Amino acid sequence: MNPYDESVAGIVLRVIAYVVLAPLAGGLLAGLDRKVSAWMQGRVGPPVVQPFYDVAKLLSKEKIAVNRYQNFFVFLFLLYMIFTGSLFFAGASILIVVFVLVLASLFFVLAGFSVNSPYSHLGAERELIQVLAYDPVIIILAIGFYVVTGTFNVGSIYQASREGFLVLHLPGIFAAYLYVLTIKFRKSPFDLSMSHHAHQEIVRGLTTEFSGPHLALIEIAHWYENILLLALIYLFFAFSPVIGVAVALIAYFAEVFVDNAFARVKWQVMLASTWVFTITAGVSNLIILHYLLRR
Amino acid sequence: MQPLHIIVFLILFPLLLAVASLAVRSLSVGRIAATPANALIAAGSILLLFLTGSEPIYFTVESSLLEHFILAAEIGMGLLVTYLGLNSKRYFIVFLGAVMTAMTAVFEIICPPAADAVHHLFIDRLSVIMALLIGILGTLIINYAIGYMEEYHEHHKEVKDRRRFFGFLMYLFLSSMFGLVFSNSLKWMLFFWEITTLCSFFLIGYRNDRESQDSAFRALWMNVLGGIAFSAGVAYLSLGTGIVDLDQMIKAGPAVAMLPAVLLAFAGLVKSAQMPFSTWLTGAMVAPTPVSALLHSSTMVKAGVYLLLKVSPILSGSPAGLCITSIGAITFLFASFIAVSQSDSKRVLAYSTISTLALIVMCAGVGTANAAWSALLLIIFHAVAKSLLFLCVGVIDYKLHSRDIEDMDFLIEKMPKVAAMMNIGIAGMFLAPFGMVISKAVTLKALVDIHPLLGVALAFGGGATTFFYAKWMGKTLMVTPRAENKEGAISSWEWVTLAGLSFLTIAVCLSFPLISSGLVDPYIALVYGASPTLEKSTLILIVVTMTSLLVIFPIGVIYNARHRDYRLVGPYLSGVNIDETSFAGAMGSKLYPDTRNYYLARWFGEPILLQGGLLCAGFFIIIMMGVVLL
Amino acid sequence: MSFLKKSPWLLHYNASSCNGCDFELFAALMPRYDPERFGVINTGNPKHADILLITGSMNVRNVEVVRNLYNQMPSPKVVVAVGICATSGCVFADAYNVLGGVDKVLPVDVYVLGCAVRPEAILDGILKAAQVLEEKYRAFQAGKTDKTEVPA
Repeated sequence: MNPYDESVAGIVLRVIAYVVLAPLAGGLLAGLDRKVSAWMQGRVGPPVVQPFYDVAKLLSKEKIAVNRYQNFFVFLFLLYMIFTGSLFFAGASILIVVFVLVLASLFFVLAGFSVNSPYSHLGAERELIQVLAYDPVIIILAIGFYVVTGTFNVGSIYQASREGFLVLHLPGIFAAYLYVLTIKFRKSPFDLSMSHHAHQEIVRGLTTEFSGPHLALIEIAHWYENILLLALIYLFFAFSPVIGVAVALIAYFAEVFVDNAFARVKWQVMLASTWVFTITAGVSNLIILHYLLRR
Repeated sequence: MQPLHIIVFLILFPLLLAVASLAVRSLSVGRIAATPANALIAAGSILLLFLTGSEPIYFTVESSLLEHFILAAEIGMGLLVTYLGLNSKRYFIVFLGAVMTAMTAVFEIICPPAADAVHHLFIDRLSVIMALLIGILGTLIINYAIGYMEEYHEHHKEVKDRRRFFGFLMYLFLSSMFGLVFSNSLKWMLFFWEITTLCSFFLIGYRNDRESQDSAFRALWMNVLGGIAFSAGVAYLSLGTGIVDLDQMIKAGPAVAMLPAVLLAFAGLVKSAQMPFSTWLTGAMVAPTPVSALLHSSTMVKAGVYLLLKVSPILSGSPAGLCITSIGAITFLFASFIAVSQSDSKRVLAYSTISTLALIVMCAGVGTANAAWSALLLIIFHAVAKSLLFLCVGVIDYKLHSRDIEDMDFLIEKMPKVAAMMNIGIAGMFLAPFGMVISKAVTLKALVDIHPLLGVALAFGGGATTFFYAKWMGKTLMVTPRAENKEGAISSWEWVTLAGLSFLTIAVCLSFPLISSGLVDPYIALVYGASPTLEKSTLILIVVTMTSLLVIFPIGVIYNARHRDYRLVGPYLSGVNIDETSFAGAMGSKLYPDTRNYYLARWFGEPILLQGGLLCAGFFIIIMMGVVLL
Repeated sequence: MSFLKKSPWLLHYNASSCNGCDFELFAALMPRYDPERFGVINTGNPKHADILLITGSMNVRNVEVVRNLYNQMPSPKVVVAVGICATSGCVFADAYNVLGGVDKVLPVDVYVLGCAVRPEAILDGILKAAQVLEEKYRAFQAGKTDKTEVPA
């Protein structure tokens, strides 16, 4: 059975499924994250649906703002995050998906910059360093897919992945991607710009000046992003849906484990280690592939 | 109206304006006359677009008088360079000037080549693209300069007012650029090339102080070195094969024309400020801003990559071509990294220019149809966005008395329109879905097809580019109720140009499918046989995303400016806010929060990285030369 | 149905406390007592918080700060005075700089007594505050908000 349908109806269905189901799945995963962290810390923890309570509560709060435009940037962040995720599930070019993902993250950064608050600015600067750290990896990811499958198109990559063992061709790039997932999921040791936990030396970092409904939108946008990131893991293992979903979930909970096990590091350590790991694992993978496939 | 008439008009009319600029006593007469004159030039380039088709047309200009004039002028330029070197006691330049004069004399007078060029001028889609850039951007920038130079002299009372000479140089430069892109005779092209070198020298040295002179002479010796390589290539080709025509050289192919092509490529590399020759461009930022905008981002440096693109079919696939691609990759990486640590906005723009040109050089070295396609798109998008950025920085420099990015806090409040336009330019440079990103996507594909490491260079350099532009953008978008509007005193010359360039930046991005199918594809199809395009779906996607952003953004901004359904509070400053912008400090003082950007100087500092870049690129230059000479 | 009761987020401010109540408060937020099972998160930011927990008494300096923090919180919001100093000033009430308890400055909704307050009592106070939040939410919905800002 080929669940991947190239027709317009298939695309529309997948996009609607993403737009409707991703926040639900993302919220559940966030709740499971908290439950598992609680279990690791020897306590009960909140109910698994707690993130939904949080978002609902935030949506019902009074609207306050520091300046006129910060909330518009948050709205753009959410809009383009949904857009890029929809592009991915519709099967568009992975390069465009990556670039629009960076665009969406940039709106979040600009939201932080637009407020004249030192904590917000520090959070925005750190977020930019995070982008500097992970941006090469996601482009190398796209390059890796292209070198193996000959196309940038997510739909075709998915087809190729169903037929071949993509992860066996791209182990280094997969490893590098897992490394930067810590940054993207905002988990210690790389949760420099904002953190869901109490330990934040710059108050709430990038989200300091956002409250109420707009904080809720940021949270929902992060859920959309998380589902997109997990779907990228699935793309490596599409030959078996069960294994694909399993690896994605294992990766997610491994991140939760790492989050609980490590303290936050300085940006120098994050940037240096990410780039070194990217070059060692990802670039060497590409070079080996290039010479293997040329024959 | 024949294309040839317009070409001649475009070359000679600015020349006339240049002379008039020197002759006319009164500046105000000059200013009033300039606008319609500039409009004529721009109209000429646009008219060329509609008068010509995809097929190149060649013209012969039989005139021994002209040939003698060009020869005399070339020798004159060589002597001028020697004189300039003697005058300033820079003996390396004296040496170079002497070599330049000697080469011209020897090869032209003593051993005249058997044949003169068959076709002296030509026009094809690439020339039309370049002519449009020169004609539209050039005239807009000269218009801007009218208002800008007035202020320049008010601010710098110590600089001698040589505005007539400035006007002369700018128009002479326009004329020679038109000549360059329409020349099919390599001798003519060399002639126009040298004129641009000299214009650049005098314009960089406009301020006539120590720093400007040092930068001007550095630009001079590097570009004269390139010019010597150029003339060596031309001489070698004509003495060896009798070919003096550019199109014939390309047709002759690598078997015959490899060494000349590499020598011409060397000249192109120097002109487009690739490493190890990038320091002339960063030094040239001492020039007045219109000079930086015109010469050092949108036109003269584009002449370098234009030449590289032209000879790229010869170099494609060869070791020399690989060397050029490597030089481009190294320059791209190092220039993007260095730009992270710079806070002088003109320097950031200079390094950004160098890195974009490096991308184009990478594509030229690769020489496939895809690569050339993306190179052309890069040229177009970059020229428009970068000139806009330079001109915005020029205006900001005088209103805020600083061109340091750290002083551009709250720009959106202090100078809303200028900040908006500058952000359009910045967005055009690195943000999806605008121009550069489309080009980057295509470039990535073209480069990865050759070797994935090139794509890796693009990935890392692209990340650095996002970093330094995003933090600049963020700095200007800081909002506070405290800032006062300083936009009032901007002259209408400057407004018109800024608005025009902003509109162009957006228009060029939106109409990119049209530009691609109308201008770029036919040229690529002609030269490389295949006409690459993006997948239709990707194309539609890009345009849809762009349009959505361009529609949503202004609507959102206007809506948020008028509509307020929230309670306004101060930022979180640990509870010691005094009012919306200040907080209570120690000893009862009132302080304002102030943050600086990250510059990561220890990681991306200029001294080490520049040395590294110069060494690595220099290494490849030596290999490139060795490969062809041995 | 509001979810404020299910997700009460805290902001803790030490007005002029001897830190005794603060120790106990942080103890109450630790895994042993696990307030997160009620959805409680200690945010350090008034803009994210629903419940303002104040320890220690009000004096001339911290009046402004407390006001600032309260004003930067979005409605509906609740103030909890933790400890006897926050309630009335206790033994320090007659000092020259002490104004008294928190209710001299802000509208307090829950008083948690003790010196130092026991963690169980603090948790109880937080949960009671969550109840008050519910009622305030209903008023907020109906458009009848109480003081959103405390003027200078």
